[in-house]
Amino acid sequence: MANAHAPSNMDEFLKGLWDENPVFVMLLGMCPTLAVSNTVMNALSMGLAATFVLVMSCILVSLLRNFIPKQVRIATYIVIIATFVTVVEYVIPAVSLAVYNNLGAFIALIVVNCIILGRAEAFASKNGVAKSALDALGMGLGFTFALLCLGVVREALGFNTLFRDTPWQFTVFSPRFEPWAVMILPPGGFITLGAWLLFFNWIKKRTKRTTSDEVTAHGS
Amino acid sequence: MDPDSLGYIFINACLINNFVLSMFLGICPFLGVSAKIETATRMGLAVIFVMLVSSMCAYGINALLIKLNVEFLRLICYIAVIASAVQLVEMFIKRFSPALFRALGIFLPLITTNCAILGLALFQTQKQYNFLQCLAYALGAGVGFTIALTIMAGLREQLDLADVPDAVKGAALTLIVAGILSLAFMGFAGLGG
Repeated sequence: MANAHAPSNMDEFLKGLWDENPVFVMLLGMCPTLAVSNTVMNALSMGLAATFVLVMSCILVSLLRNFIPKQVRIATYIVIIATFVTVVEYVIPAVSLAVYNNLGAFIALIVVNCIILGRAEAFASKNGVAKSALDALGMGLGFTFALLCLGVVREALGFNTLFRDTPWQFTVFSPRFEPWAVMILPPGGFITLGAWLLFFNWIKKRTKRTTSDEVTAHGS
Repeated sequence: MDPDSLGYIFINACLINNFVLSMFLGICPFLGVSAKIETATRMGLAVIFVMLVSSMCAYGINALLIKLNVEFLRLICYIAVIASAVQLVEMFIKRFSPALFRALGIFLPLITTNCAILGLALFQTQKQYNFLQCLAYALGAGVGFTIALTIMAGLREQLDLADVPDAVKGAALTLIVAGILSLAFMGFAGLGG
């Protein structure tokens, strides 16, 4: 896993998906992750909206990185992010009113999503445009992936469907399955995310154990 | 109870629709600073304070924006106002109560990125509350946040002593406990009547 060579563009893109997944590894952007992952459609639309804001903001921050004075950089980043969120807030109801009503205030709250400010500050302000865009895209898709992980579990157990209220809706279990109402309510969000974290921790612990058995030479 | 009365708005924001446990706002500080009861209550106090100030500011800004007919600037204005309100509160406390300033420490600037504050400003606009209702809403939300944070901190202090499997340690356990806590808060749902 440890890369001896300088990270290529592909690595910048891929790290957001798994190694540095913003939700499962870095525990950022928890609020939207929990709030709008009750159905797959909500999770997908939220993930894509956040990805759009993330990529656009990081491109702009990276372009302007030599012009922004250091003292006011955070305020500048927030204004840049808020601008793109406002764009999204007006585009989503134009495309689909149902999605807009489901996401509610959480579209506006993309502004305070710490993933976006985090990437702008930690990566886009120090790297070129292409790299920043790839990094942002990777992080955004990693965020979408995490939302989908939660959305699939919560919708399948809570409604017994996938892709509810869309033409692709289908039933997961037999029709006699009694949906667990708690999964679509707030507690379900916490418990599902906790369970996913548990699962990923367990996998990580297992792989670490097997690799440490094989590699005994130098400790990291 | 009348849904527009101040008492109902307070109870609603504080318990029935608790910002942290049923609306998922402010999860980051909820997970981040809920390790000790003492820091949790301090963070709670700081949040109540900033919520009151930014709620008042947001009310004024919104009235101004509607008058000028530029509502699309709302989000940018709110976030700028909240950031400056936090800064202002920080300077104010530093000047008049250095002891409190030291007690709050790093938590004060961190509140800027707390989505509960922006959420509060957006919700009070959406619900079209008047000035007093806004204050009751802000106070309720702040108190609710403090209650959730303190209960969680108490639970986590006890959990530190528990012998749990390695994989569960850390965020996973906290989230599952938060889920059960959230389940308990659902019991308040009937309180509004």
